Amino acid sequence: MAIRMIENYAKNIVLTVQDYSLFAARAFTNLYRPPIYWPEFLMQADIIGVGSLLIVILSGVSTGGVLALQSAATLSSFGATAVTGQFVALTMIRELGPVLTGVMVSGRNASSMASELGSMVVTEQIDAMRALGVDPMRKLVTPRIAASITMLLFLTIVADACGIFGGGLVTVFMNHQNGTQYLDMAWEHLRYPDIIQGLVKPLFFGYILGSIGCFYGMRTTGGTQGVGRSTIQAVVWSSVLIIFVDFMLTQLLLTLFPPL
Amino acid sequence: MSHTPAFAQPDQDPNLPGDAGPVVAFRNVSISFNGPPVLDDVSFSVAPGETRVLLGPAGVGKSVLLKLVNGLLRPDAGSIRLFDQEIASMPEERLFPLRARTGMVFQEGALFDSLTVRDNVAYQLIQERVPDSEIDRRVRDALRFVELEETFGLYPASLSGGMRRRVAIARALISQPELLLYDSPTGGLDPLTSTTIMELIVKERDVYHTPSLMVTHRIQDALILCNHRFDQGLGRMVLLPKGQTDPGTTFLMLEEGRLIFDGTLHELVKSQNPFVREFLA
Repeated sequence: MAIRMIENYAKNIVLTVQDYSLFAARAFTNLYRPPIYWPEFLMQADIIGVGSLLIVILSGVSTGGVLALQSAATLSSFGATAVTGQFVALTMIRELGPVLTGVMVSGRNASSMASELGSMVVTEQIDAMRALGVDPMRKLVTPRIAASITMLLFLTIVADACGIFGGGLVTVFMNHQNGTQYLDMAWEHLRYPDIIQGLVKPLFFGYILGSIGCFYGMRTTGGTQGVGRSTIQAVVWSSVLIIFVDFMLTQLLLTLFPPL
Repeated sequence: MSHTPAFAQPDQDPNLPGDAGPVVAFRNVSISFNGPPVLDDVSFSVAPGETRVLLGPAGVGKSVLLKLVNGLLRPDAGSIRLFDQEIASMPEERLFPLRARTGMVFQEGALFDSLTVRDNVAYQLIQERVPDSEIDRRVRDALRFVELEETFGLYPASLSGGMRRRVAIARALISQPELLLYDSPTGGLDPLTSTTIMELIVKERDVYHTPSLMVTHRIQDALILCNHRFDQGLGRMVLLPKGQTDPGTTFLMLEEGRLIFDGTLHELVKSQNPFVREFLA
């Protein structure tokens, strides 16, 4: 009995991975094939981008501030508090900016996509759309994924800037260090590979959060309870995948652009 | 019912069954969902101008059968021909143009709750980039057909269950489909509203003669379709003389996924099948 349960569970996981791969591949090819629903894309860009701006600004400023506090405490024992700016800027741009923004936006928007599409599935609105001759993959899924990718890129840039700004505030007003020195160190040690690393990651994270949110929404079953289940799965798996893919991408990008 | 439809020219010469090949043809269709078959070896057809009523209690696979007709579901075995094209294994992208030629009324209406009634009814026209002025005219005509012109700018949330069903009928009719599929159009409605919905279906059948397949578990609905015709002069449906039934309306019955009856009302009431007799009792 137990073996049968384990077997079924394993089969379900394999089936889900297979379904997601096919779904993600179809969504990806749709990004480059007409018809492209521009009004839907712009509406989703507004919901995802403008709607997430506040949480990204707040989390960016706080994270930069915390980084400055922690790094100053550690660096002071080596007499190196002057490099706080470099530490905060590199950490924000290369890692925390993309990952934190990805996870925050995923919590807000992957859940919203899963619940919205899930509700449409259980009320037969998706079937109605297909019956009216409209492809829900193109009409609903592709604009959400395209908007996630585009807006996560800009939100990451905002988060990076806010993080550096937050770190600067803490450095000047709490650690009582020189603000110009902080900014100089942040600027001087920044290289193009760091910026590339920071801007490549949100493209992948945006694709992950959009496709996972839509995937779980579109395969919702079991009425309103099923919508709740899909929402949870979308948030959990998009966050886990973002962190996992971040690890893989960092390894790849460090190989392509080795540190000096 | 007081209005005559105005959004398309009514067909003056009804194309009754037998004149051309079937609009829909099922041959030995079976489907299951990780368990016993929901439909098992089902074969039937819908001829041009024909109205077929699929009867059966809840849970026998009626809605599944309806979703197989326009490819919303795929069979495990068998052949399904829609507009003379095999669709059982047709890629999804090639199915969309065929689906656009059919109209479907879902069980609960399945209106898009974030869109107004106007945008719901016009959904297909908006996708086809029809000019706004023409969309407004055709939507008003379709809403006039279901006597809900005043709901033009409302959202589905502010409509009653019966009104939603009527808007769904307007949405299905607006592009003048070549086949209509009704999934329990009166399910969950009070008797008065159910009669209003059935009158619309009779009106559609007798004015446009669009072939249709209606799923229902209510024998009363089936009898209304069979025993009434729409009088365009009076603007309402009237009872046919005693002993007469609509020649283009025939019946199918499902029992646990198997088709156990295919014939006319006369044959249905004379059937000796115990399940049919129990259902009619």
